[in-house]
Amino acid sequence: MTVVPLGVPRRLIEFTLDGQEARVPEGSTILDACRAAGKDVPTLCQGDTLTPKNACRVCVVEVEGARTLVPACSRRAEAGMEVRTDTERARHSRKVVLELLASSVDLSTTPGAAEWIKEYEAKPDRFGPDAARVNEEPKVDNDLYVRDYDKCILCYKCVDACGDQWQNTFAISVAGRGFDARIAVEHDAPLTDSACVYCGNCIEVCPTGALSFKSEFDMRAAGTWDESAQTETTTVCAYCGVGCNLTLHVQDNEIVKVTSPHDNPVTHGNLCIKGRFGYQHVQNRD
Amino acid sequence: MDLHFGDSKPTDEERAAVDALLGPPQSSWEGADRSDADLRWARGGREARERRDLLLPGLHALNDRIGWISEGALDYLCRRLTVPPAEAYGVATFYAMFSVRPRPATVLHVCTDLACAAAGAADLCAGVEARLGAGSGVAVERSPCLGLCERAPAALAIRAGDPARTAVSAPATVESAVAAGGAPGSADDEPPAVMAVPQAGDPSLVLLSRVGVVDPADLDDYRAHGGYTALRRAFAIGPAAVIREVTDAGLVGRGGAAFPTGRKWQATASQPDHPHYLVCNADESEPGTFKDRVLMEGDPYALVEAMTVAAYAVGAHQGYLYLRGEYPRALRRMEHAIGQARARGLLGDDVLGQGYAFDIEIRRGAGAYICGEETALFNSIEGYRGEPRSKPPFPVEKGLFGKPTVENNVETLVNVLPVLTMGAPAYAAIGTAGSTGPKLYCVSGSVDRPGVYELPFGATLGELLERAGVRERLRAVLLGGAAGGFVRPDELDIPLTFEGTREAGTTLGSGVVMAFDDTVPLPRLLLRIAEFFRDESCGQCVPCRVGTVRQEEALHRIAERTGAAAADDIALLREVGRAMRDASICGLGQTAWNAVESAIDRLGAYE
Repeated sequence: MTVVPLGVPRRLIEFTLDGQEARVPEGSTILDACRAAGKDVPTLCQGDTLTPKNACRVCVVEVEGARTLVPACSRRAEAGMEVRTDTERARHSRKVVLELLASSVDLSTTPGAAEWIKEYEAKPDRFGPDAARVNEEPKVDNDLYVRDYDKCILCYKCVDACGDQWQNTFAISVAGRGFDARIAVEHDAPLTDSACVYCGNCIEVCPTGALSFKSEFDMRAAGTWDESAQTETTTVCAYCGVGCNLTLHVQDNEIVKVTSPHDNPVTHGNLCIKGRFGYQHVQNRD
Repeated sequence: MDLHFGDSKPTDEERAAVDALLGPPQSSWEGADRSDADLRWARGGREARERRDLLLPGLHALNDRIGWISEGALDYLCRRLTVPPAEAYGVATFYAMFSVRPRPATVLHVCTDLACAAAGAADLCAGVEARLGAGSGVAVERSPCLGLCERAPAALAIRAGDPARTAVSAPATVESAVAAGGAPGSADDEPPAVMAVPQAGDPSLVLLSRVGVVDPADLDDYRAHGGYTALRRAFAIGPAAVIREVTDAGLVGRGGAAFPTGRKWQATASQPDHPHYLVCNADESEPGTFKDRVLMEGDPYALVEAMTVAAYAVGAHQGYLYLRGEYPRALRRMEHAIGQARARGLLGDDVLGQGYAFDIEIRRGAGAYICGEETALFNSIEGYRGEPRSKPPFPVEKGLFGKPTVENNVETLVNVLPVLTMGAPAYAAIGTAGSTGPKLYCVSGSVDRPGVYELPFGATLGELLERAGVRERLRAVLLGGAAGGFVRPDELDIPLTFEGTREAGTTLGSGVVMAFDDTVPLPRLLLRIAEFFRDESCGQCVPCRVGTVRQEEALHRIAERTGAAAADDIALLREVGRAMRDASICGLGQTAWNAVESAIDRLGAYE
């Protein structure tokens, strides 16, 4: 049985969300309130297991009295606040943010991106054919996972997952500044020369597919990656006594990717190299 | 934290540079040779990690001595401070003055920003680059505003060594800039700071009264000219009364945001969490701004005294002066002044024998405009990338090292001295009801007498420009710097107050007043402003990181176009600009489109 920590009872905050009364526990973000009320606010840099950096700005909403828009993922609800999530002003910023991202990086493997671009009528092409792009080649420097920074939106999630929010390995950081900023290990070295422990927890949180299993990367390149043909089976990792949950993604009777349920109270979606990548023996048929 | 280091080793010189800052390593855990004792004891941990704020000084130490930061040097510094090398690499690559690739020991920064561009920086740069090509031993870098606008065009040479040497060439010719780059140690001395104050000697001056009058190196001279009377009064009336005086005086921040200083102090002083910190923001990087430099070079003790008063009021015992990396003379003057004040008991454990402890530490920036943003500055001091934090929480609650912090601009702090010596009512009588006190303006560009001017709030733009000797054929005036806005030559009756400029739909910002005549094509200036924001965006949030690039691209496309040919791109600029203003994390992105917008709307730049 899973023990759910109840914690200290929290006061309820009352505020107005799109004209409706909303009540959320103290400490909740505007995004929590939106989701509780069944509203769809797009998010990229927000993740269920991390404190967001609120860098992508796609979740901005309008708060009465605030000079600028505020990120729903990070701003905590305050009593009496008047929040509007779907104003022309908020939609405009979301549209432009989507255009800016789609015109500079490859969002083809970002879940939700295509739908949002359609919903907000974003036209990334209008910056012209010469609009600067990130233009990165995939970094394939180890057998386990690939870093394709042409798809990176700099959400900081991998850095946070590798650093003090989860893994405490600190193998990667944002290097450089402005449009030239990139996720990198020290001296931009290959991963094999870095502090990386190949836990793959960065892949788990990557919202765009910039970080992916080598198996997924190769299958996509070969055109054989087919999520509709995959099954997902959650099981328990057999390597040690912690008992982490693994979700095996299987296509054509081969494990092609391993994730972990984010709501698992022990691991919160995190694994180690063995659970994440040590599955080859299962399908070794020789 | 399980740190992983590469195989690169520091050279003896790199090791010496770091050890000069941190002292010799105590054990192999800190990078010394391994001894038997090291196998029994693990050192480091929290104690070492708490020194993370020495990362930026450590990077400076390496860059000053060697001129660039090698893999081995960075690894050694990381070992000394228990910092993950990837993070240190991220910090080192954040700052424009550092290089992680080999480069010549001498770097010549040639300013290509607005005032210098109008004064012929393009030719200067081309000439210097032609003379100092590969093999000359000097790397030429095009630089954003060096804060020497009254002597445009400007160049700054920095030669790594022990000690590092610097030379300023301004106004620079190809000849003088090349000479400064060739031998920074032997270049001509800079003219004294008072040369930047055309009003010097005017008895009505308040903030600039001592510049050029006192010897900036002499504490006694400062005291003979009214120095330390404000601090004595502060001790006499107590911290709460100091805050009341500052509040009653109506003093508001002079860095650009115009936040009431008394309210900020009160909010910090009343925080139960301790310690409290005082931070002086001297990272003056807004293009066209140089008032803080002139104050620090001409009257450094005033800032030391003002910081002491502020710290006393808010209950801080440690102050940080975050000083722009491109201000070598201000750094020397402030270092000297702080040392003298410490030696004479005006800083330290027992200030003026009052039993109050306060000291000031100088931290140098390393070429990042964004670090002038208050929370980015905290991150920079703490040894992280200078990226702004999201607010709330505000600095008065969680600032430097997560503790309640007051951060004030140099000019704001220096204003505290007359507030105390004159008394709040007399101070509040200067200026207008909404904007009290004297204000410094940095006037440059197409004027005969550029420099820092002090006028009471309420003087009009025309009066100020007249004093500075504005030249014929004025085309536009930029108020507030790159983050500010342009006004037309027929709008010179705008009163220079916070409320007056707001009413006129523009901003006073940090007090930049830059005049342009019609010899400089406006689209070129706008493009330079857009380049500035693209270069200086920290890259954290999407609207600013990509928006500033798209803005520059669009301005590039319409540089030679007008009317209908530019209309599509102007519409695009408006849409991107609106999103940057609405959705960026900090003031940099929020204001990156201001000047361009004002040029389109007020000046009809592309009509």
